[in-house]
Amino acid sequence: MSLETKIDLHTQNGSSETESYKGKDFSSDQDVRWCPGCGDYTILKQVQNMMPKIGVNKEDIVFISGIGCAARFPYYMNTFGMHSIHGRAPAIATGLKVSRPELSVWIVTGDGDSLSIGGNHFMHLLRRNVNVNLLLFNNQIYGLTKGQYSPTTPEGSVFKSTPYGSIDHPVNPLALSLGSDGAFVARTMDRDPRHLQEMLIRANEHKGTSMLEIYQNCIVFNDGAFELFTDKKSRPRETIYLEQGKPLVFGDNEEKGVRLDGLKPKVVSLDDGSYSKEDLWIHDEQDNTKAYLLSRFFDQKESVDGLHLPRPFGVLYAIDRPCYDEGVRNQVEEVVQRKGVGDLDEILRGPETWTVK
Amino acid sequence: MKVKDHVRDEVTIRFAGDSGDGMQLTGSLFTNTTALEGNDLRTLPEFPAEIRAPAGTVPGVSSFQLHFGSKEIMTPGDECDVLVVMNSAALKANLTMLKKGGVIIANTSGFDKRNLNLSKYGDENNPLDDGSLDNYTLLEVDISKLTKESLSDSDLSYKDIERAKNMFVLGMLYWMYNRPLNSTISFLETKFASKPDITQANIKVLKDGYHYGETTELFTDTYTVKKAAIGSGDYRNVTGNKATVLGLVAAARQSNLPLFYGSYPITPASDVLHELSKLKNFGIYTFQAEDEIAAASSAIGAAFGGSLGVTSSSGPGIALKGEAIGLAMMLELPLVVLNIQRAGPSTGMPTKTEQSDLLQAMYGRNGESPVAIVAPATPADCFETAFEACRIALEHMVPVYYLSDGYLANGSEPWNYPQQKDLKKIHVSFEPARNGDHEKFLPYVRDERFVRSWAIPGTAGIEHRVGGLEKEELSGDVSYDPDNHQKMTMLRQAKVDKIADFIPEQKIDTGNEKGRFLILGWGSTYGMIRTATRELLEEGVDISHAQVRYLNPFPKNLGDLLAGFDHVIVPEINTGQLVRLIRDKFAIPAIAINKIKGRPFFVDELKQEIREVISSKS
Ligand code: SF4
Repeated sequence: MSLETKIDLHTQNGSSETESYKGKDFSSDQDVRWCPGCGDYTILKQVQNMMPKIGVNKEDIVFISGIGCAARFPYYMNTFGMHSIHGRAPAIATGLKVSRPELSVWIVTGDGDSLSIGGNHFMHLLRRNVNVNLLLFNNQIYGLTKGQYSPTTPEGSVFKSTPYGSIDHPVNPLALSLGSDGAFVARTMDRDPRHLQEMLIRANEHKGTSMLEIYQNCIVFNDGAFELFTDKKSRPRETIYLEQGKPLVFGDNEEKGVRLDGLKPKVVSLDDGSYSKEDLWIHDEQDNTKAYLLSRFFDQKESVDGLHLPRPFGVLYAIDRPCYDEGVRNQVEEVVQRKGVGDLDEILRGPETWTVK
Repeated sequence: MKVKDHVRDEVTIRFAGDSGDGMQLTGSLFTNTTALEGNDLRTLPEFPAEIRAPAGTVPGVSSFQLHFGSKEIMTPGDECDVLVVMNSAALKANLTMLKKGGVIIANTSGFDKRNLNLSKYGDENNPLDDGSLDNYTLLEVDISKLTKESLSDSDLSYKDIERAKNMFVLGMLYWMYNRPLNSTISFLETKFASKPDITQANIKVLKDGYHYGETTELFTDTYTVKKAAIGSGDYRNVTGNKATVLGLVAAARQSNLPLFYGSYPITPASDVLHELSKLKNFGIYTFQAEDEIAAASSAIGAAFGGSLGVTSSSGPGIALKGEAIGLAMMLELPLVVLNIQRAGPSTGMPTKTEQSDLLQAMYGRNGESPVAIVAPATPADCFETAFEACRIALEHMVPVYYLSDGYLANGSEPWNYPQQKDLKKIHVSFEPARNGDHEKFLPYVRDERFVRSWAIPGTAGIEHRVGGLEKEELSGDVSYDPDNHQKMTMLRQAKVDKIADFIPEQKIDTGNEKGRFLILGWGSTYGMIRTATRELLEEGVDISHAQVRYLNPFPKNLGDLLAGFDHVIVPEINTGQLVRLIRDKFAIPAIAINKIKGRPFFVDELKQEIREVISSKS
């Protein structure tokens, strides 16, 4: 006797070959309803375009979202999908992935959904390391409710609910992810489709919770929130693209670098002869301490000698550690190995019985 | 002195002591022996709310009441015949539960100055010798000292010796009630298999307690309670929570689905999580979630994937799950919600029982959000009712509330347990795969029961999206169309109403099918109402009793059944919830009897209340 259930019998009937797809196979028949010019469009397009590359049949892919503008995402993907309740997508995804580990499960969430109302689930998803991908569309605003500040909005911002400026200290999503022992923590932006797609593929390849923060422009309520990083002119100075094993170099002409002075990151100049690329911080995705320091390249005021740290994009941290869903499965299998498949009559009977004639 | 043996048809014993005195174990062991002797029985454990309330104080008292007999036993007993108290606090907390003239067995070393002070009698007022117990039969035994003497040759630590004193009590009571020791001895042998010295010590103390009963002149009476005339078959003893677990496991087997149980620890529901988590080799996935909301949400995720999704809680935890239950209702996915009710509101009294969440189950969500509701009547009935909750959820693609309570959860009774071959099958089928040229899959097409198909991920050709937004009738696409919303609201209601065609009709439990008075109960009040009704019938009152298991929808014949009586009386452990549903649905002036003290009804008080209603109507 085995533990084979109706689900196994049902899904075994399907074809075992992987279909080949084009990006458009992943777009559903629904009209996309985001505001024209919203950053969500690019993200949708890149997700649809990368899907044929991951080699998973579309019936085996599930998108789960909570509430917010981003949460409409599943309706536009021609896969299985659930538009659920505010903040709870990680919990729903956990239940699905634990019970159906063969599925490719994607969570689409926003800064309010994930870091405010769903903050608890976000943290626990990461520490459990459930093997799902979480796309965090960060636009630093509540869009769907028409423009209140969000948990990632910088202090002092004036929005509908903060006419005198926000006095809320914002969440640093990457530092929070690392603090929750996230095993894959990365950042990208809507305005760099190539990098976005590369990061989506990395996130998918990584086994465990892959937390990908995507800077997403809300053209209606918070246009230009990330302009410093997305604008072609300022981007070289203000961002740094992380690559495994490569030094942290940035600037219009790659003339600047980040050096580690003990545990203190410092911006140094590479063109005045005092430092060369060999002196710089070499990116190591598996170094937890460095990842944490990188996540703190966040506050624009954090400047050294008038040079502030650039915002890092790419994979800050990626390590392998056991996934919760796999652990649950293994434990069930282990117990079955040890005790055999449970006998219902035995537990119905219990340890002590008597017979009445 | 000659010992006299008396035959009794029922006896209630209450064991009470400090939390550390092992009274729950003593009670359970006496219960098992009693069950094996063929008596009918009911138990009611009561724990202190604090985990480690200060030893010797009244809040630290833990008790266990056992009612057994040779006749039908349906309640744990209003009052006890014998009260065992291990210290003065236990006496103080429990004396009101003892019958006038009842027997007190007191451990005298638990009445020293320290204990008298801690229990706030004051060290000058020892109730054992101030005459205040003159109306009872007081048997004083220095149990602590006798246990020490029994183990004077043993190398056990002081603590282990002290711990064995509950076995002395048990031994004495086994002698008093003519019970054999063998079941307890074999329990001790298994429990302490790795510590033979502890096993031997406990067995010795147990036997010495028994012999003490025999040899001391203190005890002048023993009692015999003959086998009960319960139906033939194989029996075991079962608590409500344990039976609930078995019902869930059986439902998973009979539907051939994996069981996913998302839960967050809360009194008194946690035992279900503990028990299920031991049964991993049944293909059961237990998930201790980060909070109540995640517990419910994870079960919805699992249900979306084709599992039997179950979540559980009590009191405030259920309030937190409301939004998720609304989602499951809107998605039209199966979800079983166990509410092991406790005394509310807010945090209320977690260790006390109440049935005050019926209206919450019925209406406690935003919007028009109908779900099915069932409630078990006895600890053993938890099995079948939990099974039914799963069956309805799976066969009707709907959330089902299962309303047990603290009294059923921890109480126990003999159970004529079923075998797997006798269980119903639960019929589940998933939407089949389809190839590309097939027409578009419409997830909200319904069958004649208004039930949509269960379309799980991993099935080619039926990829679709569901969500909490209102959906178009067949396609499930988001829709804000006014007529569609009305239609969908009505359809979701009709789907739940239709379940009435797939549940048994309501039966009269006791009494005639028609008459003057019908007592209509639900849930854990069953035993008390049944006993009260039988006693009133014997007194010549024209009275019947029916207990409703299916609370939403009601059984189809309930209205007709109620119409057969001049008056319908609804006793509940709340301020009147079923009675409101009955008045609303059937427009009859149903009469409420309510108690809300964190305790079940007592048969006598219930009879009294019923008599008052009857005299006001004649
Ligand atoms: S409100 Fe902002 S985030 Fe929402 S759809 Fe419009 S542009 Fe996009």
